[in-house]
Amino acid sequence: MGNGAQHQDETASVDFQQVQQTERFKALRTRHRSFVFPMAVAFLLWYFAYVLLADYAVGFMSIKVWGNINVGLVLGLLQFATTFGITAWYVSYSNRKLDPIAAEIRNEIEGHEFDRDGNAVMGAAK
Amino acid sequence: MVPAVNVGALKDTTLLNMGIFALFVLVTMVIVFRASRNNKTAADYYAAGRSFTGSQNGTAIAGDYLSAASFLGITGAIAINGYDGFLYSIGFLVAWLVALLLVAELLRNTGKFTMADVLSFRLRQRPVRIAAALSTLAVCFFYLLAQMAGAGSLISLLLGISDWGGQALVIIVVGALMIMYVLIGGMKGTTWVQIIKAILLIAGAAVMTAWVLSIYGFNLSNLLGAAADAANNPNILNPGLQYGKSETSKLDFMSLGLALVLGTAALPHVLMRFYTVPTAKEARKSVVWSIWLIGLFYLFTLVLGYGAAALVGAETIKSAPGGVNSAAPLLAFHLGGPLLLGFISAVAFATILAVVAGLTITAAASFAHDIYANVISKGKADPGTEVKVARRTVVVIGILAILGGIFANGQNVAFLVALAFAVAASANLPTIVYSLFWRKFTTQGAVWSMYGGLASAILLITLSPVVSGAKTSMIPGANFAVFPLSNPGIVSIPLAFFLGWLGTVLDKRREDPAKQAEMEVRSLTGVGAEKAVDH
Repeated sequence: MGNGAQHQDETASVDFQQVQQTERFKALRTRHRSFVFPMAVAFLLWYFAYVLLADYAVGFMSIKVWGNINVGLVLGLLQFATTFGITAWYVSYSNRKLDPIAAEIRNEIEGHEFDRDGNAVMGAAK
Repeated sequence: MVPAVNVGALKDTTLLNMGIFALFVLVTMVIVFRASRNNKTAADYYAAGRSFTGSQNGTAIAGDYLSAASFLGITGAIAINGYDGFLYSIGFLVAWLVALLLVAELLRNTGKFTMADVLSFRLRQRPVRIAAALSTLAVCFFYLLAQMAGAGSLISLLLGISDWGGQALVIIVVGALMIMYVLIGGMKGTTWVQIIKAILLIAGAAVMTAWVLSIYGFNLSNLLGAAADAANNPNILNPGLQYGKSETSKLDFMSLGLALVLGTAALPHVLMRFYTVPTAKEARKSVVWSIWLIGLFYLFTLVLGYGAAALVGAETIKSAPGGVNSAAPLLAFHLGGPLLLGFISAVAFATILAVVAGLTITAAASFAHDIYANVISKGKADPGTEVKVARRTVVVIGILAILGGIFANGQNVAFLVALAFAVAASANLPTIVYSLFWRKFTTQGAVWSMYGGLASAILLITLSPVVSGAKTSMIPGANFAVFPLSNPGIVSIPLAFFLGWLGTVLDKRREDPAKQAEMEVRSLTGVGAEKAVDH
């Protein structure tokens, strides 16, 4: 657990409120939330729409589409497809839009640009 | 038309089953011993030195998550109830998106060993930590008891041991092995057991799936047709066979779906696995791997379930020892004879072993790290003592699990897993989401939400038909079932979210904005996050 004590030392001098107020951090937070919140709402609605159909629209779910494969099975397999699809989409979004900016902010904090002792480099916040 | 499977022939394979299982134990023991050499610090013991890669951890998560209930239970449910069994597995998979999008990375960046680390980060340590530890222990206890009791019925099916004493002996053996894995190997040993088990389970299911499909010319429609013919009921392909019986059962399924989808990302033993990787990016990779593996596995169970319905037949399955749970082993026996049955049986045992090991180390870490180190000794305990306490807790929990398993053997405890998910979704998820995303969230909100969610979930289960008032209840003689649903989620989850909001807006104390800023910046950037231990 020497680990724990170490990071306390590393970040004890950082003024996190100052970091939180920078445009760059706000942009990172917006990018993160504007992806994960709508996506979470969307897949939850889609999942519960599916559950409601299976619960209350048995006739519709039982319509045969191809051979013995019915609407219910197609929608169920689509749940798998959307889960895999959202996963791949989120990974690509994070790699492009979140990771680079998060790494920049992290490097600045670790480079003592936001230390509380007064010599914060204000230019870093632009 | 349905080829006969001689259930009596299963008993002849007992020795082979035991042999394959013993081989699994031997191999994993060697690996656990080798892995334990580097167990020095608390980070080694609880978090495997944060040295696993995303793909290794993702495989271990799949091994942790795919319990015997999902392998034997879902295959059997599809074989008997058709589409409704499949419906069940979709909730288990979709739930992982909550973990991927909202929880895994942020949690990895802000926590150290336990869920309580994150929840108490910017709130008052003591009350929040105690509440989080209590709900962790409750979830682990319900889940553990269900697994151990399930071991009993699995034994009667796979080893042909039907007397109570023999089953108790096997439960003791399973418990003792689990204690050894966790005691010696810590998180590292547990993780390797889960990885090996996941590979065996998924490979075994893949072989059986390909085998079944080849019988039907790799045409899913033909397989479905054969299953419907064998069941003599075309409705096996349609929803409603299990959950469509009444308005109550439909509502019950909604409640279950809510608990599954919101509970997974708040299961303490799943959350703890995210600390075993070095960075948030690896935590993300872990979830991606587990989503692919778990999704693939549930697709296999669709084929296996309908395959069992077509090739073994619902009547044979229901009359076999183990009932619905015997669908997958009987299908293995039909396809590959004693050898494949032995392999699948050994995998089912390995599954129980790996899942109980993961639960035990989570509960022990929560007790030693949250209750002992941070509450009892107020953060002044030295790490060596903390790990010592954790190891002792492992032994205590192991013995409790053995006793619970023997006591609950034969009881109807299938609802305990659903209860574990409902408690996780009600007691843990609201506070996790609020503390990560709601700036104004306060200690009072967290405490109200966690205790409110925990208490309402347990109270509603107690007052439901699973405990009293029905033929299949735990106490069939009594009737105090005033709550009609067997899953409390639809009430307790919204209630816990509401209490978290109410407790916060009524709280006169404000939390430290500097701590909030620190948590937000750390969660999104990973600055100051716990790093991998070098050896």
